Amino acid sequence: MKRYSAFAIARQALSHHQGWERAWRSPQPKRKYDVIIVGAGGHGLATAYYLGKNFGITNVAVIEKGWLGGGNTGRNTTIIRSNYLQDPSAAIYEKARSLYETLSQELNYNIMFSPRGVIMLAQTQSEIRGYQRTAHANALQGVQTEWITPARVKELCPIMNIDGPRYPVLGGLWQARGGTARHDAVAWGYARACSDMGMDIIQQCEVTGVRREGAKVVGVETTKGAIDCDKLGMVVAGHAGVLADMAGFKLPVESIALQALVSEPIKPCMDVVVMANTVHGYLSQSDKGEMVIGGGTDGFNNYTQRGSFHHIEETVRALVETFPMLSRLKMLRQWGGIVDMTGDRSAIISKTPVEGVFVNCGWGTGGFKAIPGSGWAMAELIAKGAPGPLAEAFTMERFKRGQFIDESVAAGVAH
Amino acid sequence: MITLHCPYCGVDADETELTPGGEAHLKRFGPGSSDEDFEGYLFARQNPKGVHFERWRHAYGCGKWFLAARCTMTLEVFGTYSAQTTEPPKKIKDAISAKRPGWTWGAFS
Repeated sequence: MKRYSAFAIARQALSHHQGWERAWRSPQPKRKYDVIIVGAGGHGLATAYYLGKNFGITNVAVIEKGWLGGGNTGRNTTIIRSNYLQDPSAAIYEKARSLYETLSQELNYNIMFSPRGVIMLAQTQSEIRGYQRTAHANALQGVQTEWITPARVKELCPIMNIDGPRYPVLGGLWQARGGTARHDAVAWGYARACSDMGMDIIQQCEVTGVRREGAKVVGVETTKGAIDCDKLGMVVAGHAGVLADMAGFKLPVESIALQALVSEPIKPCMDVVVMANTVHGYLSQSDKGEMVIGGGTDGFNNYTQRGSFHHIEETVRALVETFPMLSRLKMLRQWGGIVDMTGDRSAIISKTPVEGVFVNCGWGTGGFKAIPGSGWAMAELIAKGAPGPLAEAFTMERFKRGQFIDESVAAGVAH
Repeated sequence: MITLHCPYCGVDADETELTPGGEAHLKRFGPGSSDEDFEGYLFARQNPKGVHFERWRHAYGCGKWFLAARCTMTLEVFGTYSAQTTEPPKKIKDAISAKRPGWTWGAFS
């Protein structure tokens, strides 16, 4: 792999930039791999990357039915934060956030991590209590957050109307080192690093069946033929249930469309990320100048990658009170992704009833921010066959035991 | 936007008039049941990519719960029916079979 650097650009300029190589290879699948990861999104590629980097396992294939990073990795609102209430969530999201800090340097690929700060607005009395509690919990967990006053919120984000009337801003939970990153670049950077370690990224290759011998996995059937493996990692978000069906077990997951939209590009007016959970919308400004807006999920199962139109109206209507200037903006485009929601709204990183099959799913509406931490924990689980400290609490056994990671209550709705 | 026919009041209701209520035909297990059954009742869901049966409530209409057969991939609605049943009526099953031959869902096909 040729390293990217200012010198490389200068050197390439001499040959009219004809000498750049492809960022990753697109090989045909081999007959057998030690580990197959299904799903070349952020989580799948990060899993493969840390398998190679932390455990030296490089005979790995990452199989993707569409194109790399074309699922939820390319469909989110790119927010990174770790201000969670429960210890297991705070641990894994903070691991992810701290890895994001140096990911560009580590991958030699600019993921444009921008720790611009994230405010979660408190607009009701219960949110004040909730976020103050989270701030205290974060202090104990080593996650740097603080409770800030309405005046400070206004200072950080002047375009905001903090006076209501319906939902005045009463304060906020501020995470100064939260922010955003370029979502595609996260997938591309991991893919390039994986390919460099000799892993095969096989796109346009849909898994159509999981082959077992007794209770053990031996390979997968794909649209490019059968591929053998010793271990199989399923990292496919919304389609986790479909894949689990092929392997012969059930997941406590439901697939729902979540959508986001962007406005026309405007001049820089907002240099923080704001989440308003009571009115249910979140907002940041992209480097291109578009206001990136996310809202709520549909209430019913679907796989359409579209979402219901009236949710856009609800989201924008809710945000306009807090951000009056939004009312003058044209919305440019809208898209949806299929999120996999578990019963407690927390992820599953777990062994499964099938020997050699590991599953990483259930990130629901909050997957992008977790990518490096999730990959780190999943790689450890696959390599050792047992969960490490980050993944332990995220076992799917927790639903049987009633040991939930109860973030759906802790984090309100936005996740 | 999904439009569902309310089998009680006969209105073709828009999605905004309705509240989705999750999977239909769940078999309920109470405190005396085994851990597996109780976990299954609370958390295991069909989550199919294709034919699905759901509960909906005509919240801004007659207020009643009813059941719907719908495709989660295309949002096509095969029909709605009364919630006072443990199995989809034959008419609904036939309507699905006409569009999706060979469908299965839990114990139904």
